[in-house]
Amino acid sequence: MGVSPKKIALDGIWNNNPIFRQVLGICSTLAVTNLVTNTLVMCIGLIYTQAMSSLTASSLRTITPYRLRIISSTLIIAAYVIVLHNVLQAYFPEISTQLGPYVGLIITNCIILGRVEAFAGNNPPIPSFLDGLASGVGYSFILLAIAVVREGLGFGTIMGYQLPFEFTHWTIMVMAPGAFFMLGIITWLCRWLDARAEAAAAASKK
Amino acid sequence: MEELSPFVIFFASIFTSNILLTNFLGMCSYLSVSRELKTAWGLGLAVIFVLTCTSAVNYWLYYYLLVPQGLEYLQYIAFIIVIAAFVQVVEMIVDRVSDRLYAALGIFLPLITVNCAILGGSLFMVIRKYDFVQSLMFGAGSGIGWALAIMALAGIRRKMSRRSAVIPALEGPGIVLIITGIIALGFIGFSGVVQIN
Repeated sequence: MGVSPKKIALDGIWNNNPIFRQVLGICSTLAVTNLVTNTLVMCIGLIYTQAMSSLTASSLRTITPYRLRIISSTLIIAAYVIVLHNVLQAYFPEISTQLGPYVGLIITNCIILGRVEAFAGNNPPIPSFLDGLASGVGYSFILLAIAVVREGLGFGTIMGYQLPFEFTHWTIMVMAPGAFFMLGIITWLCRWLDARAEAAAAASKK
Repeated sequence: MEELSPFVIFFASIFTSNILLTNFLGMCSYLSVSRELKTAWGLGLAVIFVLTCTSAVNYWLYYYLLVPQGLEYLQYIAFIIVIAAFVQVVEMIVDRVSDRLYAALGIFLPLITVNCAILGGSLFMVIRKYDFVQSLMFGAGSGIGWALAIMALAGIRRKMSRRSAVIPALEGPGIVLIITGIIALGFIGFSGVVQIN
């Protein structure tokens, strides 16, 4: 059991954050960050897929032949994504149409396969499940932050509700470059905070 | 969708609806393999080839096998298997046929299986209800657009690494994302020329 649950959670959410540490898996989810509601649905889907795939892959790790690891992980992820896609289509048909192909693209989201490979491949099921959950949450909170800024500045709304004050909307924020700029800025901010914390820790040791 | 000429789709998928700069597909390899112009070129070529071919194969698979059997919900699994298998086969063929080509493309092929642009191409093709020729053109155009974007970035990064000082915390992914934002801004200049969506 080596690793404690608290460490797994902290690693996934901050120390080893999928987005600003590893810069992986932003493909499929960045595209929907111009609306907070869509981002939220996407993030919940992602956390679910990540946690369940880690759990399943880890349970099967002793009987999966080494050479077939990648393809079997991909198939496990694809199976969960199909379930997610069908649930969305059945209960939230509008959101499902808006998300379009991006739900399916969770399959090729590098971070899911990355966590399944790196952690679930050699850890027992329960810690793997936690690890999936934590890295999913770490991933989601960054994306939600991006979405709040983009929707707020671009449309003047948050989750469809009007903001209480009037200003000229920044149309660029709803378009693609806005997402790149926001992600760049957030990466910068988080790394800067981290570097400052490290410097403070080094100074206090002396 | 039927009235769109395949050539319009071809141009639109390179410039106005660039698969990377407007749809964010294929970001992972875009960020990590763009340090050198030469490797970016190799990966770009591999993406063009695989994206075009898998669009065609997945088109046949979807309309001649999955739809008649009522198995559309299996499309994700079917597409990803086709892509993985195709990449594997191409790798084996290239390895046997040409050493030079293998040296140029070989190391990039495995990376492509998890490149979202490839799966994204097939999924867009189904959602936008393209016919066969349109799919082919869309696949080729998207591949070329992706290659164009990664090479532009690789060129900028090479110049940047020689001449400029970047704020420490912004180094690496941060500055690359901001450059990408500026490239995407440039590509917005093409919008309105042709439109697909």
